[in-house]
Amino acid sequence: MPADPASNPADDPLIRARQDWMSVLAKAPGTRLAAVMEALGPEPAHSWLRAPEFGAVMSRGRAGATGAPFNLGEITVTRCSLRLEDGTVGHAYIAGRDADHARRAALCDALLQGPRAAELQATVIAPLRADLARAAAEAEARADKTRVDFFTMVRGE
Amino acid sequence: MHATQSAQDLAPGFAQPPLDAAACFRAALQAMARPGTVHSAAPAGVPSGLSPAASALALTLLDHETPVWLAPSVATETVRTWLAFHTGAPVTPRREDANFAIGPWDEMAPLAEFAVGTPEYPDRSATLIVEVADLGTTHRLTGPGIEDTAHLTHPDPAFARANAALFPCGIDLFLTAGDRLAAIPRTTRVEG
Repeated sequence: MPADPASNPADDPLIRARQDWMSVLAKAPGTRLAAVMEALGPEPAHSWLRAPEFGAVMSRGRAGATGAPFNLGEITVTRCSLRLEDGTVGHAYIAGRDADHARRAALCDALLQGPRAAELQATVIAPLRADLARAAAEAEARADKTRVDFFTMVRGE
Repeated sequence: MHATQSAQDLAPGFAQPPLDAAACFRAALQAMARPGTVHSAAPAGVPSGLSPAASALALTLLDHETPVWLAPSVATETVRTWLAFHTGAPVTPRREDANFAIGPWDEMAPLAEFAVGTPEYPDRSATLIVEVADLGTTHRLTGPGIEDTAHLTHPDPAFARANAALFPCGIDLFLTAGDRLAAIPRTTRVEG
């Protein structure tokens, strides 16, 4: 791989934006995604490049988020890829076995690259992102109640 | 955006991957076991530049552990994108690293660079998927898997004789034309 930073896909703003919305679509509950997508009207026509299929992915963790990586365990993953009639390709990888969730996430991924991107951002991504932020804040608040601060009394001197 | 442009060329693969790949594998197996017999295989989507039969063989035989060499006329962005998406096979520019090669016969040379295996591991050899206009019936085939004789057009009978002399090492060929495929393994003798 050439060490040219400009060729690193992770530095491409378009790819970063896409990683961001794919993450939101994957983390949102499938039922919630279906609910917010109703505002978009009928689903656009699409054909499968890769119909939803299940697989296993080894998830890894780091103790305390900084330790050496270890294999935590395998999780089930559903992936699919589809193509809209205008040729735009959408991909989705989600945890679990919900093929409908994967299909909807891939549809949104495709639509977010096209002329309806702003509409999608407002009606789908924004509410899902707010849900995720709220859930994260709640979990943090719950965890905060049991926080223990360790400290050591300084002796002498 | 370049990525979107190549994604727009992306064709589907097998409509039902497990069933279609098993059917194509069966066709490939029969073709190799009975040299000269003609079988058919075609996926739902074919990238421009590859025949349906070669596409089906690629979907069935290639994965991330099988480096593939592409002839210059086949190695288009469309074909590379399609192979990467559906098979994950790494494309290698070096013939000696390739497990498989895809393309017309006259671009495969120098054939001596392809792996022929070793006496201990004759399976570590390259399999060439050769795109031809027509499978033909020019040459007489004899050998294992052929009860009497079979007929097929070999793109280069002199190569077939040299290849057979390497046994147990050697290169195996699939010939593809449209949605039809046949095979000439290293054990087959090609005459006239």
